[in-house]
Amino acid sequence: MKQIILEIHNLAIGYPKHTVATNIKQSLIAGELVCLIGPNGAGKTTLMRTLAGMLSPLAGQVSLLGDDIRKIDARTLAQRLSIVLTDRVDVGLLTGYALVAIGRHPYTDWTGSLSHDDEAMVRWAVSAVGADDLAPRPLAELSDGERQKLMIARALAQDPALMILDEPTAFLDLPRRVEVMQLLRKLARETDRAILLSTHDLDLALRHADRIWLMPKGQALTVGAPEDLVLSGAFEKAFRSEGVQFDPRTGSFRSVEQAQKEIAVVGDGVARIWTERALERAGFVITPDTDTVVYITEDGWQIKRDTLDVSIEKKSLYDVVQYLKIK
Amino acid sequence: MADNILNPTSQILTRPKAKLNLGIQWLPIGIMLVALVAIFLLVLMLGSVQIPISEVVTVLLGGEASRSTWTTIVLQVRLPKAVTAVLAGSALGVSGLMMQTFFRNPLAGPFILGISSGASLGVALVVLTAGTVGGTVLAGLGFFGDLALAGAAGLGAGLTMLIVLLIARQIRSSMTLLILGLMFGYFTSAMVSILLYFAVPERIQSYIRWTFGTFSGTTWSQLWIFVPLVVIGLIGAFILSKTLNALLLGETYARSMGLDVGRSRIAIIGITALLAGTVTAFCGPIGFVGIAVPHLARSLLGTSNHRALVPATILMGAIVALIATIVAEMPGNQIILPLNAVTSLLGAPVVIWVILRRGNVSKTFAS
Repeated sequence: MKQIILEIHNLAIGYPKHTVATNIKQSLIAGELVCLIGPNGAGKTTLMRTLAGMLSPLAGQVSLLGDDIRKIDARTLAQRLSIVLTDRVDVGLLTGYALVAIGRHPYTDWTGSLSHDDEAMVRWAVSAVGADDLAPRPLAELSDGERQKLMIARALAQDPALMILDEPTAFLDLPRRVEVMQLLRKLARETDRAILLSTHDLDLALRHADRIWLMPKGQALTVGAPEDLVLSGAFEKAFRSEGVQFDPRTGSFRSVEQAQKEIAVVGDGVARIWTERALERAGFVITPDTDTVVYITEDGWQIKRDTLDVSIEKKSLYDVVQYLKIK
Repeated sequence: MADNILNPTSQILTRPKAKLNLGIQWLPIGIMLVALVAIFLLVLMLGSVQIPISEVVTVLLGGEASRSTWTTIVLQVRLPKAVTAVLAGSALGVSGLMMQTFFRNPLAGPFILGISSGASLGVALVVLTAGTVGGTVLAGLGFFGDLALAGAAGLGAGLTMLIVLLIARQIRSSMTLLILGLMFGYFTSAMVSILLYFAVPERIQSYIRWTFGTFSGTTWSQLWIFVPLVVIGLIGAFILSKTLNALLLGETYARSMGLDVGRSRIAIIGITALLAGTVTAFCGPIGFVGIAVPHLARSLLGTSNHRALVPATILMGAIVALIATIVAEMPGNQIILPLNAVTSLLGAPVVIWVILRRGNVSKTFAS
């Protein structure tokens, strides 16, 4: 049994005049990457702030490594828990290394001098996030993705049992998001820490999280492996709204088209997956039992329609979709 | 790699260079120290009467200059002035640095919380209304007049500090504090304007002269108060380096790293007020140095690390103040320019040049 890092007992969160959620019971174990997902306004930030000890719970208790988070002194808390926020920080003239070194704050004496161990920890944190080449460079020169890596390294340099990250991928492009998520999963597993992050990136969360905390607006927190939540229909329920629907087959959202036409696809491999995707996007439902068929051929696509005997050849999926849309 | 990850200390440590643990950058600091000594000697040499460097050194070493007036000039006039300039420049620079980091704003300065406004009001009350209250005219600048001015300014600055600290304990957002400071400044300048409007011209002139600022008004007896206060403040600022570094990331991160933000805020504001208030009390409201010097130090060192910045700002502030003194006195001439005008005339182009060269203020500073 892995060590329990964080335990939440009957927690109620919110503000004096506005309760956001009640009766939350959960725990986080070492080595686990947990993604907190929910629509805007469900209270993700409020929950994270409460778990980080930045906001008092309305009721209940949060215990970190067995101690009530409200009773741990600031320095010890900082040695057990670190955070990464969404907002981009401009710290002026610092190198990557100096930024990460600030993370040793809860360990150094009043002068802030880094001991050998501190420096070793900083260097380790820098290389753990794969930022060795960024360490000597001034922050002003770095991209958002590179800064985010260093901010994660800074949080790691605090040597915490739990890291809480508020939308760490918010301002990054897709390859960088994947990179950051993979990095966080690797850190959780290999360094045996618990990592809790909030994200709007459902697809990435489904692929990387060990567990998902699903926070629907005004309802109880639903927790489970990503796949469990998909199969139980929890996602569909949480995100049900007009115009958008969760597709349990692909694990992503799609817009709901009104009148859906049926179409069959014949072919295999990668080409089939993407052909189906293109057709779904155009509003078709893929089913074998229909007269309109798209064949995947050596050098393109053939479309055979129920009413016509001739088949039409197209060189690209764009052309296929355009043709089918008109008909 | 996996091994690396699992065990931080198993990594073979390649220490790049044997760094001195205080984090001070010794080369720029050394250069500035040499420059400081040279300019300090220049201040003792130049003025309405030029004194050769050999004579100055003799006097400093406790000897007698070849003309007895020179000994008096160096010891009684120029040395107190130079010491005042060094400490005032350091104090203003460091308090400006603290305010810029605290508010994460490159335009912040020592007086942003209204400390000089408070001092001005104190002085205005004494200078402009003294006649109607006590019947004695303080406008004649005797020793008593000077000390009364310093006392009034100190009292004004101290009261302002007290109010700001009381408010700072209640308010969580530093932005609100910044706006309150600005409003407080407007309020006190309005009071001063009203006092000026009803005052007689001679009194107004005395008040205006105070606002010009000077390093020459301090005598040895006053330095006994001035020096310890400033030195305590500077030591305090150095102790706060670690706190200031944590605040570079903003208050939320600072708190998450175990910093008691509330207590730090009181300490930073308190020390800023001590430094800026003391300087204003003895030298008048000296503008610009406090805003410009931190920028100069930052771009010279190329870092925002306060462990290095605080000592560099102290030296840079002292150098800038000494240069301003030399220029204000127009060597070889009887004319003395207002110090405040000189600091801005010299400083503004320098700062513009530094910032344009850097291309971006946000790169020379955290904003």
